Amino acid sequence: MPRPQFEPRRSPRATRRVLSKWRGSGPSPRAMMRRLRRRPLGLAGLLGAGLFLGAAALGPWVAPADPFALGSSALMPPGRGHWLGTDDLGRDVLSGVLYGARVSLVVGLCAAAGSALIGVTVGAAAGYWRGRLDEILMRLTEWVLVVPQFLIVLVVAAIFGADLRFVVLVLALVGWPTTARLTRAQFLALGDREFVVAAQGLGASDARVITRQILPNALPPIVVAGSLQIPAAILAEASLRFLGLVDPRSLSWGGMLNQAQNFLQQAWWMPFFPGAAIFLTVLSFNLAGEALNDMLDPRARTSGL
Amino acid sequence: MVALGFAIIQLAPGDPVQVLVGDYPAPAEYVRQVRERFGLDRPVWLQFFRYLGQVLTGNLGYSFFYNEPVLDLLLDRMGATLLLMVSALVISSVAGIGLGVACGRRPGSATDNALLVLGLVGYSLPVFWLGQLLLMGLSLKLDLFPTQGMRGTLFGLSTLGRVGDVLHHLALPALTLATRYLALNVRLTRASFLDVAAQDYLRTARAKGLAERVVVYKHALRNALLPVVTMIGLNIGHLAAGAVLTETVFAWPGLGRLIFDAILHRDTPVILGGLLVVSACVVVGNLLADLAYAAIDPRIRLGRR
Repeated sequence: MPRPQFEPRRSPRATRRVLSKWRGSGPSPRAMMRRLRRRPLGLAGLLGAGLFLGAAALGPWVAPADPFALGSSALMPPGRGHWLGTDDLGRDVLSGVLYGARVSLVVGLCAAAGSALIGVTVGAAAGYWRGRLDEILMRLTEWVLVVPQFLIVLVVAAIFGADLRFVVLVLALVGWPTTARLTRAQFLALGDREFVVAAQGLGASDARVITRQILPNALPPIVVAGSLQIPAAILAEASLRFLGLVDPRSLSWGGMLNQAQNFLQQAWWMPFFPGAAIFLTVLSFNLAGEALNDMLDPRARTSGL
Repeated sequence: MVALGFAIIQLAPGDPVQVLVGDYPAPAEYVRQVRERFGLDRPVWLQFFRYLGQVLTGNLGYSFFYNEPVLDLLLDRMGATLLLMVSALVISSVAGIGLGVACGRRPGSATDNALLVLGLVGYSLPVFWLGQLLLMGLSLKLDLFPTQGMRGTLFGLSTLGRVGDVLHHLALPALTLATRYLALNVRLTRASFLDVAAQDYLRTARAKGLAERVVVYKHALRNALLPVVTMIGLNIGHLAAGAVLTETVFAWPGLGRLIFDAILHRDTPVILGGLLVVSACVVVGNLLADLAYAAIDPRIRLGRR
C-alpha cells in the first residue's frame, strides 16, 4: 500500500486529489481473476449464481408451459412433454421451478440489500462516533443476534399475513447484526488512520468522511458478509413457504415443497426438483460468497476450496 | 422477549375472539361474554402486567383453542422436542468436532477436501427438503424407518422395546436436524484448529517429546474448542427454529408443531408460552456454553469478578 505523499504546501484541493488516489486501494481486477481461477468451486458458485439469476430473468420466456395451467395428466413422472413431471393438478413442474426462481431471488436480493443497508448504517454510526451511541447500538445488535430469528419471522409472518413485501422487510430486520458488527470493527480500525484524520483536518463533514473516506476502504469484508445474507434469506423464505405461511397463490419453490409433502409416496419428482433448485441456488451463493471473500481479501483464507 | 412477543401479537390484525366464536354471525352478547371470560376487555397494558405477574408464578394462561392450561400443553410436548434437539445437538457436536479435527490435522488432504465440500453441501441443504428426501428414500422406498410420529404400536412391547421403538422413530428427524449444524461445526473446528496448530506452544509440546495424541487432543483441541463451544451455544436458538420444520416433515409431536398450530389458530397464550420456552432454551443453552467454556479453559473462573 503506497503511503500518501503529504506535502504541506499543497492546496487543499490538491491534497484531496492525492487522498482520493490513495483511497480504495484493493487488489487489481487482474489479480482478483487470477485468484478466482485457482478456485474452481468458487468459479462454479459464481456461474451457478449467474445461471439462477438468468433463470429468474428469462423464466417466463423459456418455460415450456404456463405453470398455473391445469393439465389433464396429473402426477406424470418426468418424461417427454413434461421434463420434470407434473404435480397433482397436472401442472408442469419445470415451468414451476423456472417461475419460482424469480420469487426466491428477488426475496433473497431485496432482503440482503435491506439488511446490508441497516447493518452498514448501524455499524458505521457505532464505529465512527463511538462512546455511548456505540454501547447502545451494540447492545441492540447483540440482542437481535441472540433472539431466535426464524421464530420471530415465523410468528410475524404468520400473524401479519401473506404479503411478500412484508416478509422481505422482516427478513431484513433480523438479518443485519453480522454486517453491523463487521462494519463497526472496520470503522474502529480505520477511524484513527492518517487519511481519516487528514480529511477531518481539511474540514470534511462527518457524512463525507464516513461515506467517501472510510466506507470505500472498509467495503470488502462488508460485501462478503452482505452477499452471504442472500442465501440465508432465500432459505428463510423457502422455509416460510414450506410451512405455508406466505401467500399460497404466488408460485415458489418452498410452496411447491409444501404441496409435495402429501405426495411423497406417489411422486418423488414433486419435492425433488424444486428442493434441488433451492439447494443449488443456496449452494451457489455460498460458494460465490467465499470466492468473493478470497478475491477481495487474500489474507483471510476461510478454506482451501 | 415476553414484551416483544406480546407487542407483536397485540399489533396484529384480527381478534382471537373472532376465531373462537367462528365465522357465523354470533349474538353481540355472546361475543362480549367470551371476551370477558378471557380478560380481553381490559386495557392492553393491564393485560400485559397481569400476564407478566402470572408468568412469574408459573401460570402461562389458558389456551383459547385447546381449552387446556398452556403449561400442561407445553410440558406435554416439551419432552419430544427436547429429545429431538438434544439428539441433534449431540450428533452435530461430537461428529462435527471429530471430523473438524480430522480435517485440521491434514489440511489439503483428500479427506480434508472431501469433507469441506460435504460441509458446504450440508450447510446449503434446506432442512425440510433433506427430511423429505430421507423420508422418501429410506422410509417409503426401502422401508427402513417409520415415516411419521414418535411411537409405533406399543402393544406387547417391553420397556426396552419401547425405547428401541422411539429411537427408531427418532433416527431420521435427529439426523435431518443435525446436518446443518454438523457442517457448521466441522468448518468452525477446522478453522479454529488450524489457527491453533500454528502456535509456538504446540511446537514446544512436540519438541518436548509428548505423544502426538496428547499434543493434538490435549494441547491443540482444548484451545481450538473455545470458539466452537461459543458457536454451539449461540446456535441453540436456531436449532429450535429448525425443529419446527423438522417436526412438520416427520409429524413429530413436539413443541414446534404446537407453536405452528397455535399460530394458525391465533391461540395467543400458546404462542407466547412457546416463545417463552424457546427463549428460556436459548438462555439455558448459552449458560451451558459458558459453563463448558470454564471447564475447558482454566483461565476463566466462574463466580469471581
